[in-house]
Amino acid sequence: VLHHDRFTAQMIYEKQYVGFATLPNQVHRKSVKKGFDFTLMVAGESGMGKSTLVNSLFLTDLYKDRKLLNAEERINQTVEIIKHTVDIEEKGVKLKLTIVDTPGFGDAVNNNQCWKPITDYIDQQFEQYFRDESGLNRKNIQDNRVHCCLYFIPPFGHGLRPVDVEFMKALHEKVNIIPLIAKADCLTPNEIKKLKDRIREEIDKFGIKVYQFPECDSDEDEEFKQLDKELKECTPFAVIGSNTVVEARGQRVRGRLYPWGIVEVENQSHCDFVKLRNMLIRSHMHDLKDVTCDVHYENYRAQCIQEMTSKLAQDNRMESPIPILPLSTPDVDTEKLIKMKDEEVLYKSEVLHQMLCD
Amino acid sequence: MANTPRSRVNLLSKAISGTHSSTGGSTLLGYIGIDTIIEQMRKKTMKTGFDFNIMVVGHSGLGKSTLVNTLFKSQVSRRSAGWARDEKIPKTVEIKSVSHVIEEGGVKMKLTLVDTPGFGDQINNDNCWEPISKFINEQYEKFLKEEVNITRKKRIPDTRVHCCLYFISPTGHSLRQLDIEFMKRLSHSVNIIPIIAKADTMTTEERQEFKQRVRKELEMSGIEFYPQKEFDDDMEDKSDNDKIREAMPFAVVGSDKEYQVNGKRVLGRKTAWGVVEVENPNHCEFAQLRDFLIRSHLQDLKEVTHNIHYETYRAKRLNENGGLHPISSSDTQESNL
Repeated sequence: VLHHDRFTAQMIYEKQYVGFATLPNQVHRKSVKKGFDFTLMVAGESGMGKSTLVNSLFLTDLYKDRKLLNAEERINQTVEIIKHTVDIEEKGVKLKLTIVDTPGFGDAVNNNQCWKPITDYIDQQFEQYFRDESGLNRKNIQDNRVHCCLYFIPPFGHGLRPVDVEFMKALHEKVNIIPLIAKADCLTPNEIKKLKDRIREEIDKFGIKVYQFPECDSDEDEEFKQLDKELKECTPFAVIGSNTVVEARGQRVRGRLYPWGIVEVENQSHCDFVKLRNMLIRSHMHDLKDVTCDVHYENYRAQCIQEMTSKLAQDNRMESPIPILPLSTPDVDTEKLIKMKDEEVLYKSEVLHQMLCD
Repeated sequence: MANTPRSRVNLLSKAISGTHSSTGGSTLLGYIGIDTIIEQMRKKTMKTGFDFNIMVVGHSGLGKSTLVNTLFKSQVSRRSAGWARDEKIPKTVEIKSVSHVIEEGGVKMKLTLVDTPGFGDQINNDNCWEPISKFINEQYEKFLKEEVNITRKKRIPDTRVHCCLYFISPTGHSLRQLDIEFMKRLSHSVNIIPIIAKADTMTTEERQEFKQRVRKELEMSGIEFYPQKEFDDDMEDKSDNDKIREAMPFAVVGSDKEYQVNGKRVLGRKTAWGVVEVENPNHCEFAQLRDFLIRSHLQDLKEVTHNIHYETYRAKRLNENGGLHPISSSDTQESNL
């Protein structure tokens, strides 16, 4: 935003100035009025510090009433999906943050397909959006699509485990996955480096498509480009979270007090928390939403339409492929509208089909 | 209870101290020298040496190999010396035994480390404890076969697992289902010592809370870990063991690297915010585990294995088939009962 402001200020003095250069500002002002929303999913086994990290990232206390189950109580538990919503306001900007929690993932003895409730949930949000988008009242569409999934890899292993690989492969084409090394304060700097290298290697080897930071614009300044490069080389981020404030170096900071020293969550030489926060919230939140809409959702939609049209061809029936709610007494105008929409959708699906076949 | 080797030694020492006090029993005229028996026993055991078989169980990456190396201050397990580039998680649980002879103060110990790679690492870990259970019983079987032979070896080679260190992942929440399944099933056939691995993940407070929760869960599941309450010989044992049981499971950190701290060289892990000292009781409970495992209860672990777990197995085997048939039908060598 700073970048554009400088540019705009310079342009005002030029004769040919029309004024639409203020568009970004106008968009900015409208969005501030409307507010933003963001849905973040956290996944990983129990005890990886997911809740603590979320609280640290958004300076909230979302889990204060949580009751931890013991192992006996968890024996028959299946993977659940739990949503927490919190409204955060900062400097006049409103964010409606939804955290999607996945308790039970990977905790059982037999974890076959334990990611299925999660993929089902993501698909359900896509389906709901698809219906809403194709429906008649689109003014107040609720966007519950998952924009980002933070996946917590235990620091205790020697790389990715079978369950990590399977989970990420099941989700990488449905959601932006950002793998994290959890509880990184139990690793020495050397161990962290080895683990990161190993995980990056294995992600490549297994063809897992994790979220890629977009390339820098060529007209960005050097400092930004350098930061961007460092960010990319640092993945997967090794993170630590904390719900407590400790005294370190004369300041009060979020941290963990050990007998042998104090770990500061926001100290960049201790962990990558700041990098994650900056990336997730301060620079790439919008891109995460864009990729979700432009890539993951579109893939889902195209696939959906393709399945429906092929089913149509099989059934050979003139049924509407779009799930429109049946109106009790359809009047002529609405009927015309429906028919028009039907034809439009059919046309679009054929175009899509053509494009996909190319 | 009164017939265990441990209590026999107690009786002996009581008898010996009795000669000096002349309360009850006959008064002796002169020094006989019974007390030298202890010295003779000591000399003999030093000559023959000790066998100790320790098994480590826990999913990959919990520092099992490093801990054993730290405990015995030697490269007993070669795995911890850097990861091999192509180290893969095996598809089924494997049992790998490696033996080393280590010597200290004239005492030789043949230490066998039994590793269980693959445990708990799969997506579906159903029954992953079975290969381990099978291995433990096979060692009992081997010993039993030797014991019932007509011509027996002077010293039966002892491959029985004397101690199973079970590594609990330091999640900070509670035990995992797999932990309970494993310990429930195996605590009746082997001495299980649960330990909390990689304890430098938790602050002192978190560690205490976690330990309490874990102990409660172990109790609720009816898991009797070593030292088992029912095998305490006398009040002295009970009091000593009670203290240990209260402090278990020990939260440990392992390391084979040394760093300079306050002018001393210590075993530890160096991070950006400090050095975790393995043998510092304020940092973790490694020293307690080592003292308990090696310096005070090593022999007892062997005795409980021999007198209780092995005997249970033997009784069960002899009661099968009325005890008249040969022990292993797949074996060509017949042995008499």
